[in-house]
Amino acid sequence: MAKEHPILETQDLTIRFGGHVAVDGVSASFERGSLTAIVGPNGAGKTTYFNLISGQLSATSGAVLLNGEAITRMSVPERTDRGIGRAFQLTNLFPTLSVRENVRLVAQAKARKGFDLFSVAESHVELLERADHVLAEVRLIDKAEQTVAALPHGDQRKLEVALLIALGSQVLMFDEPTAGMSVDEVPVILDLIRKLKSDMDRTILLVEHKMDVIRSLADRIIVLHNGALVADGEPADVIALPVVQEAYLGKVPEPSETAEAPEVA
Amino acid sequence: MLTRLLSGDTPRSGLLTALLLIVLISLAFAPFLFPGIRSLETAARICIFIVLVASYDLLLGYAGIVSFAHTMFFGIGAYGTALALSTTGPGYGALIWGTAAGAVVAAVFALAIGLFSLRVKAIFFAMVMLAVASAFAVFVSQMSWLTGGEDGLNYKIPRELTPAFKLIDEKILGVRVNGKLLAYYLVFFVSAILFLVMLRIVNSPFGRTLKAVRDNAFRAEAIGYRVVWYRTTATILSAVMAALAGSLLAIWLRYTGPATTLSMEIMIDILLMVVIGGMGTLYGAVLGATLFILAQTYLQTLMGVAADATSAVPLFSTLVAPERWLLWLGVLFILSVYFFPSGIVGRLRAGRA
Repeated sequence: MAKEHPILETQDLTIRFGGHVAVDGVSASFERGSLTAIVGPNGAGKTTYFNLISGQLSATSGAVLLNGEAITRMSVPERTDRGIGRAFQLTNLFPTLSVRENVRLVAQAKARKGFDLFSVAESHVELLERADHVLAEVRLIDKAEQTVAALPHGDQRKLEVALLIALGSQVLMFDEPTAGMSVDEVPVILDLIRKLKSDMDRTILLVEHKMDVIRSLADRIIVLHNGALVADGEPADVIALPVVQEAYLGKVPEPSETAEAPEVA
Repeated sequence: MLTRLLSGDTPRSGLLTALLLIVLISLAFAPFLFPGIRSLETAARICIFIVLVASYDLLLGYAGIVSFAHTMFFGIGAYGTALALSTTGPGYGALIWGTAAGAVVAAVFALAIGLFSLRVKAIFFAMVMLAVASAFAVFVSQMSWLTGGEDGLNYKIPRELTPAFKLIDEKILGVRVNGKLLAYYLVFFVSAILFLVMLRIVNSPFGRTLKAVRDNAFRAEAIGYRVVWYRTTATILSAVMAALAGSLLAIWLRYTGPATTLSMEIMIDILLMVVIGGMGTLYGAVLGATLFILAQTYLQTLMGVAADATSAVPLFSTLVAPERWLLWLGVLFILSVYFFPSGIVGRLRAGRA
């Protein structure tokens, strides 16, 4: 038997937009049950790297492997079926539907019932139960009947995480899950992510700016800079690197190195 | 039982329930409640348009797809039945296979259009559909050896569905029980069944997914739904329902021509009926179609009465002169869209909460 593949791997992954190389030959592999933080200044290509893995963008060259199988040319729903779950940086939900319906739709997709034309949706009790179970987990069950557009921002972020939990993918990708949340809401989200990691043996990729969040969650940090992977390792080692110090701890970067101002964590 | 029949999608508003019941009872007993040829024609037209408008709502209100080619599918159904009846004579076999062929052709067209053009942006899709529909209308009017061109087709339908056929000699409640009455009830019951089927579809897991695709296609993909297939299937279902409505019209009128099925005016009427009734609520199709067709049919008469009654008042009587009925119909639409932006059903349901 061949040696076991890492659950997710990117090989020399590259995308060009015209002359601009947004992600530049990134090779990294992710082990089952690990939580990797992906950091870097704004415009470093973190979200683009995510989009290449989950399929919203198609790579110019290189490969994405899931359990050793190339998924580089697959569509977004195919990748979702195979076990890649993605939450988005900007809240990206079904705004006119209820909170419960948002989660129910995910459970329905997972149960592959979307093309069932002649049963009443509400009669699939197991999907409703699944939705309520997840909503209880993210503490949104009291708001299950509300329309998503009417939810406060923090609750929308929670729902974003709820959709990912309901999807139950092998690989979970969070893009700044705590962005724009109030201080007292952040721990709720972090607990959920921590729980996902410990309970369910999932592989988690996390784009995050807040260093304290990264320190408390990550097993490993990858640093992207101008689309290229510049550092990869244990959190303590990576945080000590000069490039990270520049981007996160306020040291002035050399003008030639970054076009945009680095984000202050 | 009733909830089951409505697929759990009850009107959820007292007033709406009352209005829908009035429409249902009026249509169910139309031949007895409103005797006369004209009112029966109106009632049948309402039944057929409820199906047609609901099928358009399936596309526009549920799947969020803007198409201006709905009359094409309506026409395909009508011409399917018409051609079968005019070429092979007035038999039930011809009626059934013509209708089935119309539905199949509509489905194939919808599949092709869906796969080719649903990937493009909504506005381009709408334009492509407009072009296809216009080309189809021209095509039908040019193929006069087959379709009768602008004159359309006149044909016979099975005798049991014509006024010449008498089921019983006595009148019931003063109404002749003849083939026309049977034809009306054929239209009524088939329309009712098709409406209930669509109500089931929009409340099925598939219908719910359509709403998700309408709300956020990008996210629907990211949770595993293949959006193009959902949109294509919705287009096909909507096209088949429109074609069946067209077949009903062909049977009812015993005539099929471009003006009754393919014209752009009908497309605009459908659009207005959906918007007035309320998008994304099939019940909106019922109220929209009923009100619109009643206004279209009786506003002129009503205004004639008003003009006569007010002939002493100079300006007012000119304003309500019967030939100005289109102006007033337009005013009614503007007012209804202004005051009920979410349609009558949307307004009634919101009012309850």
